[in-house]
Amino acid sequence: MPLDLIAAAFGPVQQDYLLEARQMQAMSFMVHIPLVCFGVAFPAFVVFAEWRHLRTGDPVYRTLARRWSKVMLALFAVGVVTGTILSFELGLLWPGFTAAFGDVFGLGFTLEAFSFFIEAIFIAIYVYGWDRLSPRAHLLTGIPVIVAGITGSFFVISVNAWMNSPSGFRVENGQAVDIEPWGALFGNDYLAHEVVHMYVAAYIVAGFVLAAVYGWQWLKGNRERYVRAALTISLTAAAIAAPVQLIVGDWAARTVAQEQPVKLASFENLEQTTKGASFSIPGGPEIPNLLSLLAFHDPDATVTGLDSVPPDDRPPVGIVRASFLTMVGIGTLLAALAACVLYVRVRKRRLPESRWFWRATIAAGPLSVVALIAGWVTTEVGRQPWVVYGVMRTEEAVTGAGGVPVGYATLALVYLATLAAVVWILRRLAARPLEEDVPAHG
Amino acid sequence: MAEIPILLILAGLALYTVLGGADFGAGLWELTARGERNTALRDHTHRAMAPVWEANHVWLIFALTMCWTCYPEAFTSIASTLSIPLFVAAVGIIMRGAAYALRAGVSSPREEGTISLLFALSSLLTPFALGAVVGGIASGRVPVGNAQGDEITSWLNGTSLLIGTLAVVTSAYLAAVYLAGDARRMGSDEVADAFRRRALLAGVVAGAIAAAGPFVLNADAPGLYDGLTGGAGLAALLASAAAGLVALALVANRRYEPARVAAAAAVVAIVAGWGIAQQPEILPGLTIEQAAAGDATIAAVLIGFTAGMLILLPSLAYLFRLVLTGRFDPAVPLPEGADARGSGIVGDLPDERGDAPVGAAAGLRPVLGAGAVTALGAAVTFFSDAPLRSVGVAAMLLGAAACFVAVASLDDAEAGP
Ligand code: HDD
Ligand code: HEM
Ligand code: HEM
Repeated sequence: MPLDLIAAAFGPVQQDYLLEARQMQAMSFMVHIPLVCFGVAFPAFVVFAEWRHLRTGDPVYRTLARRWSKVMLALFAVGVVTGTILSFELGLLWPGFTAAFGDVFGLGFTLEAFSFFIEAIFIAIYVYGWDRLSPRAHLLTGIPVIVAGITGSFFVISVNAWMNSPSGFRVENGQAVDIEPWGALFGNDYLAHEVVHMYVAAYIVAGFVLAAVYGWQWLKGNRERYVRAALTISLTAAAIAAPVQLIVGDWAARTVAQEQPVKLASFENLEQTTKGASFSIPGGPEIPNLLSLLAFHDPDATVTGLDSVPPDDRPPVGIVRASFLTMVGIGTLLAALAACVLYVRVRKRRLPESRWFWRATIAAGPLSVVALIAGWVTTEVGRQPWVVYGVMRTEEAVTGAGGVPVGYATLALVYLATLAAVVWILRRLAARPLEEDVPAHG
Repeated sequence: MAEIPILLILAGLALYTVLGGADFGAGLWELTARGERNTALRDHTHRAMAPVWEANHVWLIFALTMCWTCYPEAFTSIASTLSIPLFVAAVGIIMRGAAYALRAGVSSPREEGTISLLFALSSLLTPFALGAVVGGIASGRVPVGNAQGDEITSWLNGTSLLIGTLAVVTSAYLAAVYLAGDARRMGSDEVADAFRRRALLAGVVAGAIAAAGPFVLNADAPGLYDGLTGGAGLAALLASAAAGLVALALVANRRYEPARVAAAAAVVAIVAGWGIAQQPEILPGLTIEQAAAGDATIAAVLIGFTAGMLILLPSLAYLFRLVLTGRFDPAVPLPEGADARGSGIVGDLPDERGDAPVGAAAGLRPVLGAGAVTALGAAVTFFSDAPLRSVGVAAMLLGAAACFVAVASLDDAEAGP
């Protein structure tokens, strides 16, 4: 079969449910990505707790590490299966995209598979290895889990970075040719900020969600050392990550300004290219020159407007702007909360006492997840109408198969049930008495 | 070059069938072991599978990612035409993962019953659906292109039904052999015998279905039939049958470990036979050569694969050694020195000490140091562009990690053991 015939077989198809396919993809991500935060950050918390136990001999940290490791394993299992769905969807929903560019971006996923192997292997050894390995060996088996979390996000995000800033190939007759896979994925301007921003976000989300759970206990009057230790670790991690995220977010915005000016223009709904562009805060004032300052660190810089491209090439501006504002707003609040935590921790050597602080912390858990998803919506919807920015449109990527709405509805139901199951298991694990996590042999 | 990845993909699929198949099969046996009486059986199943199923599952991910990287058009033709069985398989995979996660929290037999039903259902759905996909490909029902084949008959046909059923029964068989061996290692002969009976039953059924195979293929997939009844294809088919028989005999003699190897060989041989029968075409009209990505991509994947294997193989060996030597079994004596320290029961925990005294300066210095590095790194990140920015980012992140350790450790500056 000649090559151009192959390409033609993946030409435009009739798909009445493109929107549903996009929503199905978005939903699948929205389930996967918060779980993944725990896959990335939780191992570090658990290993830290175990390390504290070995350092100080304080049994409360061992109890914590053991209990958390079980939660980690349960969340990991759900992370694995939701990730598997995403892998299937690259073929099920977007065959046009994968057929044309799988050979460009696929390397990232191939390498990611090895990361997953390592993560799955060592997470099992770690969790089932309590009391079965020497304490030091056990602690060491936690390290590959942390490292694999880093490399795994790195490889998978290299694919997303490439979609946003495609390079390393030419298109000829609808086929990618002259492919340089290493350069395309890892020599990419988008990779660094996306990885770092996501990685820091994982610590924010895992930290604040855990802090919200234990903060609830705290508000109910439970001040056991177990709860204090859990809060110390989770709140400290989140409180350090949150201010750092402001700096990383600024870096992300500056990169977007250079590489995807139309996406940046949607952050402010900037119609025309403007010198010294202002930024308006909804319900608040319009601050002169702020957008230029944010995007280029220069109040007089010229910001490209939406009118630089035909209307057909613009993303749905309202969604992008709303999600960007949501992320930045929440990010700022979280950083303020973080400042309180750090101040009290370092100056007063304790956890904050104010009821208002704990109420805010309980809110910060879900809010951090909202910020995470809003951030991805900013990136992914801001990339529209392109699946590969400037190269392939989303409607060229979609499957020609029928039944997209049926699949979407089914998956939504399955995910609802899965979420219910996750909540159930977490409550069950939390309700176990602490004594169960003390080794019987001790 | 174009053929190497397909060999790796087939190897990955064979491994997934053997390893992943066993943990699906385990779910089926839960279905036959319901009720109070069979608690030991179910507990054993769960305990033996829980530490390894995630690692086993990654072989599927591996095969998928290799496939879309190295043969993108073939992969997407398959995925778009066979979207229904693939979606069903995916849903089964979610159910299975959920069942594993949930089992950690069950407390009543009723809950356990529900969860093992979920597990069993997923164990039927996923292998069958994946087998049906193989059947669709092998019988030449997937044309090149975006959803160009028939959405229904591509997987609802004789070959798909044959391979799907065979996949389910083989999974059950592999699981029973594995579980029997594992139970014997642990000294529970009763459980081992229960699984031996199941293994023999499943083995005979699998053999019977396989024996019917040629008739089905002759009628439904003549191309595949021809490939498997002549030359190297025939050799592979016969090898598979022979290995299957040897495996059964070994199970009958309670030699479970060699039986697993023989069963795996039977699977590998038939997968190889499929490959041989189909080559040089991957889909009708599309040869492997034409479907393959360019040399640069394949070379990159092979480099990544080799590097990955260098890390993966020792890790996998470590995991399986721990499992197979029984280190994860309940109630083994602790290794020397394990948990020698801090073995207090919760009741012995140091009392709630209230808050630590303010002003003990000991722990503050590292906090300030790490904080300074973080702040400096943040400033560089904020005020500079690449390449200097990378230095700033690195300092900021390392500083933040150090900050975390320093701040989260603050308490223990005064807490003492
Ligand atoms: C807890 C989560 C969180 C918080 C508090 C923030 N972000 Fe964020 N943001 C994300 C989580 C996130 C993310 C992980 O969801 C994204 C999606 C893609 C990415 O690389 O990170 C993201 C993307 C993202 C993008 C788009 C990048 C792209 O398209 O490549 C920009 C411009 C920002 N962020 C900017 C900010 C700013 C200025 C913040 C400061 C207040 C901020 N983010 C806080
Ligand atoms: C920002 C994006 C993503 C990040 C940071 C990420 C990270 C992770 C992590 C850390 C895991 C381990 C499981 C866990 O911790 O819960 C995981 C699992 C998984 N992810 Fe993602 N992922 C992302 C997006 C994707 C995408 C786009 C795909 C595929 C198309 C994908 C496919 C998978 C698969 C297949 C698994 C299961 C691996 C296994 O079997 O162990 N992920 N992901
Ligand atoms: C890191 C790896 C990721 C990859 C490879 C990836 C890939 C894709 C692909 C192929 C599509 C469909 C085509 C399109 O609509 O343009 C898509 C859409 C989308 N993704 Fe991602 N994505 C990634 C991460 C994420 C994450 C973590 C989220 C979190 C919520 C997300 C949210 C979305 C949304 C909302 C859409 C739909 C956009 C729209 O159609 O308007 N993505 N992504």
